[in-house]
Amino acid sequence: MSRSVRVFVPRETAAVSLGADEVAVALESAAQRNHGMAVELVRNGSRGLSWLEPLVEVETGGTRTAYGPVAPEDVDGLVAAGLFEGGTHALSLGPAEKIPYLATQQRWTFRRVGIDDPLSMDAYRAAGGFEGIGRAFELGPSAVLEHVIESGLRGRGGAGFPAGIKWRTVAAATADRKYIACNADEGDSGTFSDRILMEGDPYTLIEGMLIAGYTVGAHKGYIYLRSEYPLARRILGQAIANAREHGWLGTNVRDSGFDFDIELHLGAGSYVCGEETAMLESLEGKAGLIRYKPPLPALEGLFGKPTVVNNVVTLASVPDIVRLGGAAYAALGSGRSKGTLAFQLAGNVKRGGLVEIPFGATLRSLIEDWGGGTASGRPVRAVQVGGPLGAYLPDSLLDTPLDYEAFAAAGGMIGHGGIVVFDDTVDMAAQARFAMEFCSVESCGKCTPCRIGSVRGVEVIDRILGNQDRAANLELLDELCETMVQGSLCAMGGLTPYPVKSALKHFPGDFEPRSGGKR
Amino acid sequence: MSDDMVNLEVDGRPVQARKGQMIIEVTDAVGAYVPRFCYHEKLSIAANCRMCLVQVEKAPKPLPACATPVGEGMKIFTRSPYAIAAQKATMEFLLINHPLDCPICDQGGECELQDLAMGYGRDVSRYTEKKRVVKDKDIGPLVSTDMTRCIHCTRCVRFGQEIAGIPELGTTHRGENMKISTYIEKSIDHELSANIIDLCPVGALNNKPYRYSARAWEIEQRATVAPHDCVGSNIYAHVLRGTVKRIVPRPNEAVNETWISDRDRFSYEAIYSADRLTTPRVRENGEWRDTDWESALKLLAEKLQAAGKDAGILLSPSSTTEEAYLLAKIAGHLGSPNIDHRLRRQDFSDQDNDPEAPLLGLEIAALEQVDGAFVVGSSIRREAPILAHRLRKAALRGARVSFACPEPESYHFGVHEYLSDAGLLTELAGVAAAAGCASNPSVRDLLAGVSATAAQQRVAASLSEAGSSVVLLGAIAERHPAAAALRTLAAAIAGATDSALGYVSEGANSVGASLAGALPHREAGGAARGAKGRCAAEIATGKGPALLLFGAEPGPDVPAFASEKRGYGFVAACTPFRSDALEASADLLLPVGTFAETSGTYVNCEGRWQSFAGVARPVGEARPGWKVLRVLGNLLDAPDFDYENSEEVRDELSAHLGSTPPKGGYAGGGKPVKAGAGSDDARRLDVPMYQVDGLVRRATALQRTPEAIRGREGC
Ligand SMILES: Cc1cc2nc3c(=O)[nH]c(=O)nc-3n(C[C@H](O)[C@H](O)[C@H](O)COP(=O)(O)O)c2cc1C
Ligand code: SF4
Ligand code: SF4
Ligand code: FES
Repeated sequence: MSRSVRVFVPRETAAVSLGADEVAVALESAAQRNHGMAVELVRNGSRGLSWLEPLVEVETGGTRTAYGPVAPEDVDGLVAAGLFEGGTHALSLGPAEKIPYLATQQRWTFRRVGIDDPLSMDAYRAAGGFEGIGRAFELGPSAVLEHVIESGLRGRGGAGFPAGIKWRTVAAATADRKYIACNADEGDSGTFSDRILMEGDPYTLIEGMLIAGYTVGAHKGYIYLRSEYPLARRILGQAIANAREHGWLGTNVRDSGFDFDIELHLGAGSYVCGEETAMLESLEGKAGLIRYKPPLPALEGLFGKPTVVNNVVTLASVPDIVRLGGAAYAALGSGRSKGTLAFQLAGNVKRGGLVEIPFGATLRSLIEDWGGGTASGRPVRAVQVGGPLGAYLPDSLLDTPLDYEAFAAAGGMIGHGGIVVFDDTVDMAAQARFAMEFCSVESCGKCTPCRIGSVRGVEVIDRILGNQDRAANLELLDELCETMVQGSLCAMGGLTPYPVKSALKHFPGDFEPRSGGKR
Repeated sequence: MSDDMVNLEVDGRPVQARKGQMIIEVTDAVGAYVPRFCYHEKLSIAANCRMCLVQVEKAPKPLPACATPVGEGMKIFTRSPYAIAAQKATMEFLLINHPLDCPICDQGGECELQDLAMGYGRDVSRYTEKKRVVKDKDIGPLVSTDMTRCIHCTRCVRFGQEIAGIPELGTTHRGENMKISTYIEKSIDHELSANIIDLCPVGALNNKPYRYSARAWEIEQRATVAPHDCVGSNIYAHVLRGTVKRIVPRPNEAVNETWISDRDRFSYEAIYSADRLTTPRVRENGEWRDTDWESALKLLAEKLQAAGKDAGILLSPSSTTEEAYLLAKIAGHLGSPNIDHRLRRQDFSDQDNDPEAPLLGLEIAALEQVDGAFVVGSSIRREAPILAHRLRKAALRGARVSFACPEPESYHFGVHEYLSDAGLLTELAGVAAAAGCASNPSVRDLLAGVSATAAQQRVAASLSEAGSSVVLLGAIAERHPAAAALRTLAAAIAGATDSALGYVSEGANSVGASLAGALPHREAGGAARGAKGRCAAEIATGKGPALLLFGAEPGPDVPAFASEKRGYGFVAACTPFRSDALEASADLLLPVGTFAETSGTYVNCEGRWQSFAGVARPVGEARPGWKVLRVLGNLLDAPDFDYENSEEVRDELSAHLGSTPPKGGYAGGGKPVKAGAGSDDARRLDVPMYQVDGLVRRATALQRTPEAIRGREGC
């Protein structure tokens, strides 16, 4: 019997930390020991079903049968149950594509993630890879720009600024050099979509950067990767090397006459370095202090040159926008929030993972339909969306549609799409205090409102909880937040009051004096 | 209205502004004051203090005036309740961390924070926690630090990066732990460093020698001019009951902008040095004793009268124009042409080709607009820090700035070429050859057999390719044994490359002294003397019946005049200070006032006449120099010596000079010039920055700086 079976075990940080490497080793030796069949082990990326990791898939007769979560010690039993033939076992999940969590998603940016070896050039090309840049070369820069504008794609790193408009500014600027700077600092709590993409489909990011460079006239790109992502670093580094080897990077990319190369740069573990101007400072080798705007980075960015700063997911969404046309992307989504967003479910949630769906679903449906409610089984009390600077939303706001404008109207922000769920045991005063404390630790220290406000904010909250001049201190906290919002140089200090004020507004009871000397 | 203007409103007033201007520039221009800490017109925008928040119609938040560009139709409110509330909020934050030690802070009374706090702050802080305490650092003898008072505006940091060119101060740590400090505990060491005192809006960086010596509100501010270099930086003396307590810059965009050198700031300490001569003194039978002004002046007049045409006069190039003119008049009356102010010059062979005055060749402000510059024989950072700063600005704009100098020197910008390998003369000859001067008859002999190196060619090219360029001769070139040849070469290079030729001249007033006729070969106004007198080197080493030293000390100021070789029957000195060398060589000492104790005029290197009044009460019996000379003239029965004030002296000279501006550059050409003998032994040619005159040599804080220590060790 010389049938070849392809077995997929993700090589992705979450899966690996849950034992995927050991599972892979166990599967290989089981295959050798027990069967004459050739087993081809593929280390794919993660499909984003983190709650099922390590998610093992076996491809037989064109179907990929999924098993998960698989522990190394499950391997023998699985093999005995006929894993290599797609046999049934307690961990069987059926065909991977049919798992409801995945089947109900509408993948665009992440459509290739988790399907094959992320470093396989053939697999990438077989799945439509590099067709976007190829089409771009046919269309010419200005037509590509029109597609990106038409798509309505907005920045996925936080601020939601239309990518096409930013690109147009850079394209129109005259300069001897321009740059593409990819923001892969992914510092928000509860976010991991950048990482899943970089580990699972790095060529997409490279292709997106190529298209960006081609469109605006830049020949050099940087990826600013947070240092806490060693696996992403290895995979990206290899992907860049492979792309160079195959002529997708370097001079005269695939005989197009266009030169472009990418350099990978590691961050240094500071949250504020994810803010675009601090990131540019850091890329230039300086301390990560915020620069004031104007000038916009689009006009005077890296080394003073016009620079496109975009998030990983923003850039990775572009190849298919060019391949399929801006209108196809714009057809998805709701209102001015076009296309899809890869939400990330985290915190106290039963089924954590990545959910890419068009804008417009409600937060409740994400948490309940995909997330399955809290992991603890207790009622949801608060949800923080958009990272540590996002507002806390109570149950009453969970029916807010997930779109930039609707969310902003409810006092929240979608940001990078990270959703952190808390059950009814959460102490919202502690969360508010944490928000201020986080800011005091992560503030770059440049501007007065944030540098001083965050430290004093913690103290004022402590006094409120200690029942010291409560009324006066509550008023003071309110004014302090106002000063930070109004006066801060960047969104770090400007948004920190949102979690604080939302906690105060929606959960005032938690700020009542504590009995029993809790504090 | 041109396309790059916009119309807007400031506090209801219609205003026009240039597109791209920041709101604060516009509000400043119309006198609507917006409070600020980090903004400074000479520094890049940091936008970190958030004090300058103003209300802008339709903006969702108050906007920082220093970092928000104006737009068409913008309506700005600087004093609306909304704007004031935002400013107050920032103020309250800053005061949380700021110690309330105003009563013991030297900045008290002139503190931007204190001023604003009065306007905005609450009396009682609502934040009760402990204030931040930061350990102080010792950053040298000039600037004291109280970093607990720092509000992190980063003006001092940006000054180092952008103006000085060396980041002496920087920020370390993040968030509330952010600190401003020298990265390591060491002295700040740049000739403009102490400007951070003025930049610091609070009392974190202060004037160390001035510490605790006066309160700002007791002090009178009097305008004057700095006496150490050819720039003539405009300064204010801060005076308490007749005593100078400190010096601060007096902004003048055309001259020193808002900066002054540390030398100009701290030399005032010497006014109160223990070396001050407080009474006239006379030596009789080898013994020094005090005397009175009347008998002292009588003695001097007798000796000069007797010496007549053989009298010699040496004056400091930092004497006022009035002093120089009166000295020249006295010499004329005596019939003596033996007067000179070029005390460190050795080569006088080509002095007939000296210009009327050693001018810079362009305006100081124009120096930063040149595209090419070649600085010959000058440690320009030390000789004239403000000129070096202007050159640095030119270089940052893209100008190619080169040097030829035997002394190594670091410039904090990209220097185009630094020629120092061969001697100065060789380097210059190479550049001249590269510039195509070989057929110029005045340098033909000097260029025989010379072929240019690549570096020399690049210097020549940088000048000939420049739209506007200048060749500057500095003090080392002036003092060089082959000064004449150097100058002829420089003039040839300037001519061949269509560059201006200029001088970075010695002292504060070489230009004024030249115009006033304090020269052995020229009268006031430049006419050649009938009988040429002895030049400075000849006077100093010569013999005669009487010599008068004015503001110049044997040894450091007149290297050629050494007491033991004294060839004069009688030596008198008009001097603010005593010194061992003076006491060893002179017979009579007359106490004259320093720049602070006299009125007068300095003519700077661009030919700008800057008159000033005395700012301080004279120390002891010291008298303004011009008054001493007027009485001396009277005692000598010189005609037309009845001046009521120094202005009359000045006006007489300027009427004599007429309205045609003096000519600078090089008056020669055509006639071949020989190379003088002698090498460029830099040790002898370069006078350390803090040794240039009697004042700085006695300025105690300056003498403790690393620069002064290096200067002393090098000597
Ligand atoms: C404190 C702070 C942290 C940020 N961190 C990140 C980050 O980790 N990754 C990111 O893509 N954007 C981050 N941003 C947003 C960036 O400033 C910027 O808006 C973004 O990189 C632009 O790309 P986009 O338009 O594609 O979103 C952060 C912003 C702030 C204020
Ligand atoms: S808001 Fe905070 S992080 Fe942003 S510039 Fe100010 S101090 Fe730095
Ligand atoms: S020391 Fe003074 S100038 Fe420097 S940052 Fe602090 S307050 Fe600003
Ligand atoms: S003066 Fe504008 S922020 Fe400091």
